[in-house]
Amino acid sequence: MLGLDLTFLSWDIISKFVLGGLWFSIKLTLIATLGGIFFGTLLALMRLSGKKALMLPATIYVNGMRSIPLVMVILWFFLLIPFLIGKPIGAEVSAIITFIAFEAAYFSEIMRAGIQSIPRGQVFAGQALGMTYGQNMRLVVLPQAFRNMLPVLLTQTIILFQDTSLVYAIGAYDLLKGFTNAGKIYGRPEEAYLLAAVVYFVMCFALSWLVKRLQAKIAIVR
Amino acid sequence: MSWDWQVFLNDDGSGRTYLEWMIDAWGWTLAVAGSSWVVAVVMGALMGTLRTLQDSPWLVRLATAWVELFRNIPLLVQVFLWYFVVPKMFPLFQQVPGFVLVVFALGFFTSARIAEQVRAGIQALPRGQRYAALAMGFTTAQAYRYVILPMAFRIILPPLTSESMNLLKNSAVAFAVSIAELTMFAMQAQEETSRGVEVYLAVTALYMLSAFAVNRVFAYIEKRVQIPGFIVAGGTGGGH
Repeated sequence: MLGLDLTFLSWDIISKFVLGGLWFSIKLTLIATLGGIFFGTLLALMRLSGKKALMLPATIYVNGMRSIPLVMVILWFFLLIPFLIGKPIGAEVSAIITFIAFEAAYFSEIMRAGIQSIPRGQVFAGQALGMTYGQNMRLVVLPQAFRNMLPVLLTQTIILFQDTSLVYAIGAYDLLKGFTNAGKIYGRPEEAYLLAAVVYFVMCFALSWLVKRLQAKIAIVR
Repeated sequence: MSWDWQVFLNDDGSGRTYLEWMIDAWGWTLAVAGSSWVVAVVMGALMGTLRTLQDSPWLVRLATAWVELFRNIPLLVQVFLWYFVVPKMFPLFQQVPGFVLVVFALGFFTSARIAEQVRAGIQALPRGQRYAALAMGFTTAQAYRYVILPMAFRIILPPLTSESMNLLKNSAVAFAVSIAELTMFAMQAQEETSRGVEVYLAVTALYMLSAFAVNRVFAYIEKRVQIPGFIVAGGTGGGH
């Protein structure tokens, strides 16, 4: 096919090179999503707290993170974390910390919109029942905000999964790196890139299709 | 740790200072982003428009396939595809410079996102506008050219602003195929000088400055093309 030869690929090569990378990409995506949503929610609460001492640092953090290319953030953390904790860490650990910190800024904007989508009356109703601010957030506002924003959070997770390929900048062993290495060793780099594209496409396309279905389902319930 | 900003005045080994190298790299970043922006807006407007042509299901399918294809593959992988795979599969592309291949990659990747915005903008317009244009005797092409697209583009200016800033940030990915842009400079200068913090700080500042400039240019355009009383701020394109 157009000067390409895919016959070099065997199950052996896939299990040896690709699966480990795929596992790291998935692990990085899941940890960064959970960590990002957790810290993102905290940042969103800080920005909506009305207290300047909390709002200002959170706003600076979120807008700062969002105005730098992810590759630069990855390089920053890879440079600074060993410097701050005094010992070298691997590219994989550095990537995990970076993605949690970076995605928290993006998830925080989603959660902020979600919290603001809850009618004020519900907060007042909670207060009238004698709930504290914490109880109100935990029991009334956040569960609904999370539910309303679920499709957007999942869409961001798909983007996150694609962005994990950027750990290429610090040489972490992810899905793309697995294919790249296999391609280099067997002298078929072009075919390896093409296969990587197919794998990413199938995974992301399937996930976004599922999100679309979920969105339709939620829309009917509401 | 102490600062050493003098590092930018050092010779990089080829007779120019690191500062001159960095300014040069900034130029490459802006060139990649600017050229890709043109590709992205042209293809995005075309594909977004095609997706709203309800009488031509095959054109809708074609544009949908375009959006799904370029949206579901990571940008870095797309850059590799254009840079390594396309020239191998199509000998025609072997003479094309790497800069142009990266512009295709970044431009088409972004065009998928802009196409979605254009489609949303067109669909946010009251149907009456299209009918009024057709009733005036416009052909479909004329209706889009003179009525629908000018209005749709005004509506989508805010998300288009964000996407243009994203494009500028995404241009950093060009480092992976040795385009001499800012991130490439940052990585190499960090290696050569061991003054990573100073180098990264300067490069980060240039990225932020560039993104801010894009933001201001769009704010100016938004103000200039505003039609009084037509588009209420925040009242259109909800949810996109």
